[in-house]
Parts: sequence; C-alpha cells; structure tokens
Amino acid sequence: MEVEGSISAGGFWWQAGWRLRRKPRALIAGAVLLVVVLVAMLGPHLTAVRYDALDWNALAVPPQWSDGHWFGTDRLGRDLFVRTMVGVRISFLIGVLASAVSLVIGVLWGMVAGYSGGRTDEFMMRAVDVLYSLPYLFVVIILTTLFARGSLVVLFVAIGAVGWLTIARIVRGQTLILARSEFVEAARVIGVAPAAMLWRHILPNLSGTIVAYATLAIPQMILFESFLSFLGLGVQEPLPSLGNLINDGAREMQSAAWMLLLPAGFLLLLLLCLSVVGDALRDALDPRDSAA
Amino acid sequence: MLAYAARRLAALPITLFIIVTLAFAVVRSAPGGPFDAEQSLPPQVKANLERAYGLDQPLALQYARYLRGVVHGDFGPSLRYRDLSVRELIVQGLPVSLTLGFCALIVALAVGLPLGILAARRRGSALDHGIMGLAVLGVALPSFVIGPVLVLVFGLLLHWLPVAGWQGGNPTYLILPVITLALPLLAYIARLVRGSLLEVLQSDYIRAARARGLGDARVIWRHALPAALLPVVSYLGPATAYVVTGSLVVETVFALPGTGRYLVDAAINRDYTLVMGMVIVYGLITLLCNLAADLAYGWLDPRIGHGS
Repeated sequence: MEVEGSISAGGFWWQAGWRLRRKPRALIAGAVLLVVVLVAMLGPHLTAVRYDALDWNALAVPPQWSDGHWFGTDRLGRDLFVRTMVGVRISFLIGVLASAVSLVIGVLWGMVAGYSGGRTDEFMMRAVDVLYSLPYLFVVIILTTLFARGSLVVLFVAIGAVGWLTIARIVRGQTLILARSEFVEAARVIGVAPAAMLWRHILPNLSGTIVAYATLAIPQMILFESFLSFLGLGVQEPLPSLGNLINDGAREMQSAAWMLLLPAGFLLLLLLCLSVVGDALRDALDPRDSAA
Repeated sequence: MLAYAARRLAALPITLFIIVTLAFAVVRSAPGGPFDAEQSLPPQVKANLERAYGLDQPLALQYARYLRGVVHGDFGPSLRYRDLSVRELIVQGLPVSLTLGFCALIVALAVGLPLGILAARRRGSALDHGIMGLAVLGVALPSFVIGPVLVLVFGLLLHWLPVAGWQGGNPTYLILPVITLALPLLAYIARLVRGSLLEVLQSDYIRAARARGLGDARVIWRHALPAALLPVVSYLGPATAYVVTGSLVVETVFALPGTGRYLVDAAINRDYTLVMGMVIVYGLITLLCNLAADLAYGWLDPRIGHGS
C-alpha cells in the first residue's frame, strides 16, 4: 500500500519536474528570481547601512560606485540600495504570507464545501459569490482603515482575506470530482472520518493545483501590497516597500529620476519572473488545462 | 431573459445592503476617532463635537439613522471637510472620475479591439509577436508605474504634455491620465480578442463558411467576429471594477480632483462618513456595470436562455 502510494506521488512530481525542465524561459526567470530574492535577503547586510540611516553628506545623490551609495540616496540621505532591497524583502514577504493566508482559508473553505455538498455547499459558495461581487479593493481599504496603519500583520491578513475566493472555487470544483472517485468511496466504506478523509485523501490530491495557484497568487499579492503602499494605506515610512518607494520616487522624479526608476524596475522584474514561473508551474503540474 | 434580469435586479439592493452594513460596522469599530489627530481637545469640546455629529448615540441608532439617510441619498456631513456634506463632495468629484473612466474605456476598446484582430489575422508573424509582447507588458505593468513614467517621459523630458492637474477638463490635461488608465485594459482586451478569435476560427461553422467560398474578410467580419467579441462583453464588468480601482492611483498621480482621490484621503484621515459614502457609490457603480455587462451578454448570446 505505502510503497505504491509513494511511487505514484513521486511519479507525479517527477513528471512535473521533467515538464518544467523543458521550459528554458521559466528556468531563466526562476534563476533571476532566486538571485533577486537572495540579494534582497543578504544585500542589506553587505553594506552595513540601515534602511533608515540618514547620511547628511549625501542628500539626493545620484547612483554611483565610489562612495558606496550604489542606487544613490533619497531626499533625506537614506541609501536607496538598502531601502530598495529591504523593500523587495518586505513586499515579497507580504506577498508570500498573504498568499499563505488566502490559501489556508480558500482550501479549507473549498474542501469543506465540495465534500459536504448539498445545502452546506450551496450556502458556502453563495457566500463566495456575494463577496466576489463586492469590489475587493474597498474591503481592503476598509480593513486597513480599521486597524492601526503600518502594521505588517494587518496588511497581509487584509490582503489575504480577500484573495481566497478564487482558490476556494477551484478547490471546491476539484473536491467535488475527488469526492465521487472510487478510492474515496472505499475509504468511506472502511469508516474514515470526514476530517481525516479531507486531510489524508483529498488534500494530497489537490497539492498540484494548490502549488500552481500559490505561485500565481504571490505576484498578485505583491502588486496589491505595492498598490496600497503607493496610496499611503500600506507599509508606512520609514519602513520601505516597493510601493511607497515608487510613490516617493514619483514625487522627486523631476530632479531625481533614479528614485522612481530603480524601485519600479525591481517591482516589474519581480512580478514578471514570478508570473513566468507561475505559468510554467501551472502547465507542468496541471497538464490538462495547459491550453488555458 | 426578463425573469433573469428581474432576479439580478432584485439581488442588487441585497448586495448593496451588505456593502452598507459592512462599511458601517467595520468603519465604526475602527480605533481612533476623526477628532483624535488635532491637539488634544478639552473633554467638554470633544463631547459637544461628538454630539453635533451624533457620535454619542448608541450604535444601533446611528446605524438606523445612517441607513435612512442613505436611502434618501444623504450620506451625512464629512468629518474632515467641515463645511461640506459627503454628498456635495461626491457631486463635485464624480464628474471628473466618470469622464476619466469613460474615456479610458473608449480608448481601450478603440485601440485594443483592432490590435487583437490584427494579431489574430497575422498569427505567428512578427506583428503578432510584437503586439502580444506589448500586451503582456501592458497587463503586467501596474498603473502606479506607468503613470509616473509617462509623466517623466512626456511631461518632464519632452515637455509635450502637462504633468498634472485638471483645469476644468481641458483635453490636453486628460491625455496622460486616460492613457495610464486605459493601457492595461487595452492590453487585456487585445489579448482576449486574439485568443477568442483564434478559437472561433477553428470552429465548424467557420470551416463551413470557408467551404462555401467566402473571402477571408467576410468570414472574419460577418461570421467570426460577432462570436469572438462575446468574451469582451463579459469582460466589461470586471473592466469597470478595474477602472474604479485604477482611478484611485491615476487621480493620485495626476492630482485630479476626483472621487478616487477623496476616497484615499478619507481613508488616511479616518473620515468615516466620507469613506462609507464613497464605498457605497463606487459599489453601486461597479454592481450596475457588472449587471449591465451580464445582461448584454445574455442578450447577445442566444445559447444562454436564462432559466426559461
């Protein structure tokens, strides 16, 4: 039993890996992503300058190699390399955590709805429909006005809390199919409890879908976070995020275009790489709808 | 069809009611009041202020009063702009935002549709790859990056267009904001049209039309395009939601006196009544546009016989 299970699971992931290897574009994007994230994690430690340290001798200097301000400084003399890297780190972190929040809610909701069926299913999915029809942005704006601004926890919970609807729908659809399959029937016959059934038999079979969706959700969440921070509703000064760096840069661009272009460039690089990798992963893990 | 329309219309007030209640509940439970930011007021003054705005009454009563007001189009006074009511602010800002959104939708359709059709007809050519490459970029670029970069290039470097401001709707001041708002939409529409046109061109009835000896142009314009445009129609609902969202950014970047900017300011200032009023108005607009798009879709696509 156990041996057979492990072979088929390994087979699935091995096959997915094989399909992924034949997509050079995704591999390059993945490599670039890895480098950017590594630099963002390690970079701030290399220069020993804090993201909020002021350098009075270098106010709004353009990028240069000689004095150590590789990306220049902002109006207050804060090093933009460090700020951009910390910004990438914060944006990435919020993106990942918000995706995790939305995945946990969405997967649970979808599995329970799909497995219960009937009234419960109808009620739960109707709730999703109603929430879907609300403009999600307002929900987030309301949520961020509700709590103390600047709290990162509130931010990713707020973003994650509105992002779970799509994954709930996908998971419910898949669970409906799985719930009718023979191995679930067999497990039910030998008396497996519903919770154990979802955890041990349904969830593992959803893992491909979940991983694929997660990688596509992260860039969306990052975009969302930067959007809020750009408007002044997300990450607050002096903490940098790609969104508020771009906002700062936009105010100074007349005299200092680098303040806008560098963080904007990093945001785009991050989003582009993540969506290329996400697309490839979805194709690799879910070969049935690679056409979509 | 009529029954479907009636059912959708009946659901509208319910969704709106949920929005209103949600907005009220969440905004009122927010820590920090609108009079907190100023230097600390004497308690007597603060109590008077709260009484003037009805903030000292029980929540249920405030809610009931608010609901009654909303039904009559009265969203209460703005807590921040002392002399103005929320309704006056909305009436001031809405024309700006509507002009902007409407122009952006028109531009996105007028440019996106032809580009998509062109790409589909020249499938696999350099032109197709070029258009689709731009489309991917357009979808991926967030408006808060496009906007400042456009200002940088066309306003500050080339001096072709004004950088920001409204000037009573002067068209030259409209160009950059409209392009910023329209670009992602345009890219998405181009991609959508190309995809659906290519799919339709594979279908049997198109093969039949070709077999009858119809020319390429006639097959595309008369037979393929009407079917291929259906996804675009159903996309118009989400598109308005996008325009609403985008207008927040565009009005911030270009310093336009529209409702989007008010909403952001209100959220930052904790101007409860203004946030609620804006959310309700925007919610209503989005819901109506979604409804209109769905109804148009049902009307155009004879395969959908809603509940008949």
